[in-house]
Amino acid sequence: MSEIQVETRTESDASRAGNAPDSIPKLLARNAASRPSAPAYREKEFGIWQSWNWAEVAEEVNALALGLLDLGLVAGDHVAIIGRNRPRLYMAMVAVQSVGAVPVPVYQDAVADEMTYVLSHCSARFAFAGDQEQVDKVLEAGDSLPSLEQVVFLDPRGMRKYDRTRLHDYRELQDRGRANGEAARAELEDRINGQGESDTCVMLYTSGTTGRPKGVVLSNRNIIESSRNACEFDGVGAGDSVLAYLPMAWVGDFIFSVGQAYWSGFCVACPESESTLNQDLREIGPSYYFAPPRIFEQMLTSVMIRMEDAGRFKRRMFRHFMDLARRVGADRLDGKPLSGIDRFRYRLGELFVYGPLKNTLGLSRIRIGYTAGEAIGPEIFTFYRSLGINLKQLYGQTEASVFITQQPDREVRADTVGVPSPGVEIKIDDAGEVHYRSPGAFVEYFRNPESTRETKREGGWVATGDAGVLEAGTGHLKIIDRAKDVGKTADGQLFAPKYVENKLKFFPNILEVVVFGAGRDVCTALINIDLTAVGNWAERNNIPYASYQELAAHPEVYGMVERHIEEVNESLGRDPSLAGCRIHRFLILHKELDADDGELTRTRKVRRRIIEEKYGPLITALYDGSREVFAETEVTYEDGRKGTISAILEIRDVRLAGEDSGLRRAA
Amino acid sequence: MIRNGRSFDGRVDAPADSGAGTGRAAETPGTSGAVVMELRGITLRFGGVTAIRETTFDIQEGEIRAIIGPNGAGKSSVLNVINGFYHPQEGEIWYQGRQRGVLKPHQIAHQGIARTFQNIALFRGMTTLDNIMTGRLTRMKSGIFRQLAWWGPAEREETEHREAVEQIIDFLEIQAIRKTPVGRLPYGLQKRVELGRALAAEPSLLLLDEPMAGMNVEEKEDMSRFILDVNDEFGTTIALIEHDMGVVMDLADRVVVMDYGRKIGDGTPDDVRSNEAVINAYLGVAHD
Repeated sequence: MSEIQVETRTESDASRAGNAPDSIPKLLARNAASRPSAPAYREKEFGIWQSWNWAEVAEEVNALALGLLDLGLVAGDHVAIIGRNRPRLYMAMVAVQSVGAVPVPVYQDAVADEMTYVLSHCSARFAFAGDQEQVDKVLEAGDSLPSLEQVVFLDPRGMRKYDRTRLHDYRELQDRGRANGEAARAELEDRINGQGESDTCVMLYTSGTTGRPKGVVLSNRNIIESSRNACEFDGVGAGDSVLAYLPMAWVGDFIFSVGQAYWSGFCVACPESESTLNQDLREIGPSYYFAPPRIFEQMLTSVMIRMEDAGRFKRRMFRHFMDLARRVGADRLDGKPLSGIDRFRYRLGELFVYGPLKNTLGLSRIRIGYTAGEAIGPEIFTFYRSLGINLKQLYGQTEASVFITQQPDREVRADTVGVPSPGVEIKIDDAGEVHYRSPGAFVEYFRNPESTRETKREGGWVATGDAGVLEAGTGHLKIIDRAKDVGKTADGQLFAPKYVENKLKFFPNILEVVVFGAGRDVCTALINIDLTAVGNWAERNNIPYASYQELAAHPEVYGMVERHIEEVNESLGRDPSLAGCRIHRFLILHKELDADDGELTRTRKVRRRIIEEKYGPLITALYDGSREVFAETEVTYEDGRKGTISAILEIRDVRLAGEDSGLRRAA
Repeated sequence: MIRNGRSFDGRVDAPADSGAGTGRAAETPGTSGAVVMELRGITLRFGGVTAIRETTFDIQEGEIRAIIGPNGAGKSSVLNVINGFYHPQEGEIWYQGRQRGVLKPHQIAHQGIARTFQNIALFRGMTTLDNIMTGRLTRMKSGIFRQLAWWGPAEREETEHREAVEQIIDFLEIQAIRKTPVGRLPYGLQKRVELGRALAAEPSLLLLDEPMAGMNVEEKEDMSRFILDVNDEFGTTIALIEHDMGVVMDLADRVVVMDYGRKIGDGTPDDVRSNEAVINAYLGVAHD
């Protein structure tokens, strides 16, 4: 095994051995004592930002914990938390921890079936549900969840007539807790003090690109050390603020909105509703911001669409200053010297274009922005950096409590994911798979020793499942693909589907791509167009359409996608090792890939195996030379009902510069 | 004469509840059985045209009462009679235990009956917030000059009303369009705003004229949910006209069926569904 070891930072245990709080409830007590009146949470409700300070949070969490104690929650129990980001649900997690139980946040948009799996896998005894919809989902599962005893709901709306024997109103439960006597308080005190850094802090289910989700057990030490390191890495402090809008079940949200927030004491703001997100972002103006690439893509697409509709003067001004930003903006952010005239012009641009634009996007106050989860398009990445937004990349996973690598300021590049985070060691094995060892590395997969053994190997090294290379000299890590997805085509050429897919997805018109080619002669692709971008283009070009399906089948849309593929093929052709990945044939799918149909994970990652199975006939047609194929697909609506949509899809060959399509040659 | 199309036993059955065992109590919705509004032998004519003919039915407190019938059956006229906009030539109207005479427009506005319209009647240039605020108008006490000066009680009053309006915005989940001019909103949302304005008046009787016309399935589901929730949360008595039979049968506690200005059926959705006169009216049996 060829090992490249990078930066091993052994912890001086002095800082930890002392009285440093080693659990989230202890951090809460510390914050409530040291800065009681500083804001801890904000939430927009009834049109006004309501806030809680640390002292209030401590009181509410305590009351709730006492209530839970009264209901009979014991240490080691699992408690599901289901709902959108709301301060009281975050507080519920801490209350659960105070009692010694383990919070298990669940994706709120999970269909009932997925939710049932998670709840039964961890044998949750209690569940917190945000509203009626979530309560219904939990109750629906009823008999298949024998371990579930009590459900606490936050928003009582619509539940007046529900049977209350197992259902509790959040606030009523708090009142019940407040009425508890001294004995209960002492008991709670004991439970909080009885926990240490090796106790479980939270259990998070991985999105599961393959098969069933796995429950990742993270200890207090995992979360608190990772949070502390991340705060120190970027100088995040009490003065920062975040907007919590990503799913609570996702490890990133737990680290940012709980771990780092409680460690450094900054304020977490929760949006009013999903649909008011952009408005809320603008009003809060967070200084520390995290978003997966697709959010940045959507923002950029919407800006570009609106600029297309703007007047000529505005359009020209925008283009002029964006050209300037593209040329000098990123350098300016990296602290490289600029000429006096460029400095002046950039300042002018800040006044007329960049400033107002950042304000509209709600990114004016961003000090540190992170993107992760997927590769981000270099154009998109530099767009934000050139505006003066300090957007950086990080690489992480649930099992690592997020952080594996991060980009330090002034070493930010579009094509790497940065250097190992503080306290993290990295090595690359012979197969090219990235392994790491860190204080954040998870304890185990819950009730799954086999997977734990497979992933967490001797010496505490964790296999990421990603193939990557460490850049000589700089120590930056580059991720190529999922290790098991990297394959060979029939004639032995390298096949890295994700790499090609990402290149295609960087075109705003293309939303999702699935490339096939492992063990085949040539590569082919299924394409999803981006309805917003292509729809707008269709509107401007007077192309009428009634649905996604109709637009996707339009010959001009096909032509446009074909040009994009040709462009990507050309750039792949330039690199001999990747020339085998060029796409020879493609079709545009008649429906958008959807997590409800199991085609994507909840974090919108493509589930390759399932798509291969589901679209088998289409893939066969891609390889048998047919010109079109009949497709019938089952779709699942959000309420779980199923229907089918069918269409005849055109298959196109892509012309490769200098050679004929392999298939046509064969035919 | 179809005055007594069928005898009505005065009971309200709970809507079929399939969710037994899911924690939902299987008890009747909050109807106390008290009659809020009663029409007795109503006949309404416009010149030679008789829009409603000797129709009798009542609306009980806390129920959802649907009025259905083919086009031109006189449904909207009935709604207009209920809220006092039309005055029938014959018959009596009893509202909240008292017989009601001919009303002046301001009396109509103040009697506690709010409604939405078949063809949306909002102020298109005003925001969602302002539109719903107009629903509070009848509840504002300070006069125009005090409001202009926006001082003392007027300021306090506006804050109170704004709070009530925000509760409704939250209830109807339209926070994202709070500041959007209504004219720019899609049809389904405009309908929702209109419902919001009607709710803002805190009516004791809410009339909905085809709340789901022109909506797609998803919008209809949302609207149904809101109607049920309004009934559930605020205990508001609701009378609604709707064409979508599926929706009506799911929502309503009791249904009045009209055809050619007459009541041809009255009862629970199940009763109505098996009523021969109703089936004939809908399947198009030849009229004499």
